[in-house]
Amino acid sequence: MSFIRHHIKTWLLEELVIGMALTLRYMFRRKLTINYPYEKGPLSPRFRGEHALRRYANGEERCIACKLCEAICPAQAITIEAEPRDDGSRRTTRYDIDMTKCIYCGYCEEACPVDAIVEGPNFEYATESREELLYDKGKLLANGERWEVEIAKRLVDDAEYR
Amino acid sequence: MAETQIKNMNLNFGPQHPSAHGVLRLVLEMDGEVIERADPHIGLLHRGTEKLIEHKSYAQAVPYFDRLDYVAPQNQEHAFVLAVEKLLALEVPPRGQYIRVLYAEIGRSLNHIFTLCAFAMDIGAMTPMLWGFEDRERLMEFCERASGARMHMNYFRVGGVARDLPDGLIDDIAAWCETFPQMIDDMETLLTDNRIFKQRTVDIGIITPEQAMDWGFTGPNLRAAGVAWDLRKAQPYDAYDKVDFDVPIGKRGDCYDRYLVRIYELRESVKIMQQCLKQMPAGPAKSRDHKVTPPSRGDMKHSMESLIHHFKLFTEGFHVPAGETYTAVEAPKGEFGVYLVSDGSNMPYRCKIRAPGFAHLQALDFLSRGHMLADIVANIGSLDIVFGEIDR
Repeated sequence: MSFIRHHIKTWLLEELVIGMALTLRYMFRRKLTINYPYEKGPLSPRFRGEHALRRYANGEERCIACKLCEAICPAQAITIEAEPRDDGSRRTTRYDIDMTKCIYCGYCEEACPVDAIVEGPNFEYATESREELLYDKGKLLANGERWEVEIAKRLVDDAEYR
Repeated sequence: MAETQIKNMNLNFGPQHPSAHGVLRLVLEMDGEVIERADPHIGLLHRGTEKLIEHKSYAQAVPYFDRLDYVAPQNQEHAFVLAVEKLLALEVPPRGQYIRVLYAEIGRSLNHIFTLCAFAMDIGAMTPMLWGFEDRERLMEFCERASGARMHMNYFRVGGVARDLPDGLIDDIAAWCETFPQMIDDMETLLTDNRIFKQRTVDIGIITPEQAMDWGFTGPNLRAAGVAWDLRKAQPYDAYDKVDFDVPIGKRGDCYDRYLVRIYELRESVKIMQQCLKQMPAGPAKSRDHKVTPPSRGDMKHSMESLIHHFKLFTEGFHVPAGETYTAVEAPKGEFGVYLVSDGSNMPYRCKIRAPGFAHLQALDFLSRGHMLADIVANIGSLDIVFGEIDR
């Protein structure tokens, strides 16, 4: 009996037909693809994207050149030089991140005691040349200004877990 | 007609061949369509991770483990943090242990979905790849919500995990666990009984239990040969002794069994994840020993002692007592071991990484001997080879 059943199944291409029917059903399901760049997937407040240097509300730079981020960076992508400013406070004269070296581990953000360096929500910063990915302090501060609203919200959202 | 000697043809397979799973270069000695010898050449993805780790503090070494087997990064981190915790004799709070088991199983699902789909696509079935990646995307979202990165999580830390799970994530993972078995069923409908799939896999690349053990097989490849060996059962780490799951084993040890074992492991993974979500206790997710884990930011900003701990940990790191350990976890591909030697400083003296894929790849020669050229693709796919961990 099972011999006959086996042959019927074989000659009727049973498992192939069932498989095709399933793929046909999938064709009429709701589409899950999103129309990137116009639609984007969700990002959590913890997302580790492009770096930014933040300022206080009064416009003062947050970074105090403690060099914790430089010390913890596993890829040694951060270079900092610092000097006392005219008003006596210590600030960076140079803050470079080599984005081609960075492995986006998030340690710099974790290390920073004043929430100055953060990995922001931006992941669309592809460039045409390698040189453009060697970020200097100006570029990082500009990023901070551009993304400050989002970054501040992310920090508040995630504050209780950090 | 006079007898003529025909020289076997040497065929280069890869490193750019799409079925070579990354940068495998195979030199095949072919007698017509039949493989006489398969010689895998490795080293095209060598980055010197082991040497690199000798110059990184223990915390800095964790992200490098993500980049070994990049299909399931969590499980590699798990092995390393367990090794360091063993040397430190550090206790991880229960919640931290459960979160790590949860994410280790998410890693296993990520890996098995990818492997099965890539395996199916290598031997001609396109659809599972398209379906499977939908669930893989969901899992990567869970990773992103917990750690901030979709793949290279850097989430497991010595003493627990980086941050506790955010609100709502547990519910979303639980909801996913409900729907995912349906997707496994659908994938099985397409593949398990399919005659084309079976013709390409059944009795291809058979390995006996003795051979499997001789060649250092571990993980699903060993279990497919019929050996019930699973480190999660044999020497449970973290919360694995508190969850209930079965270890599927195969009978014949061919490509088809390796496929079936992975399918069952996917179902068991979902079971483990569900139990983790249900049993997960409240409490801290990482150790409160601030000589090892950084204090919370709130503490760091208000307490001088915490600030000192913070600065110490992020510059010098912590010192690990001199000693050595071999700690292994059941990574999705097999036994992933870290042999860690500490000389009492803040950096490992030596960190040898035992990658399961390496042992599996060396068996490719005798698995493929006598098979046709097309079968080598099935063998590579079913052995689950990722070059990040083999070349290290």
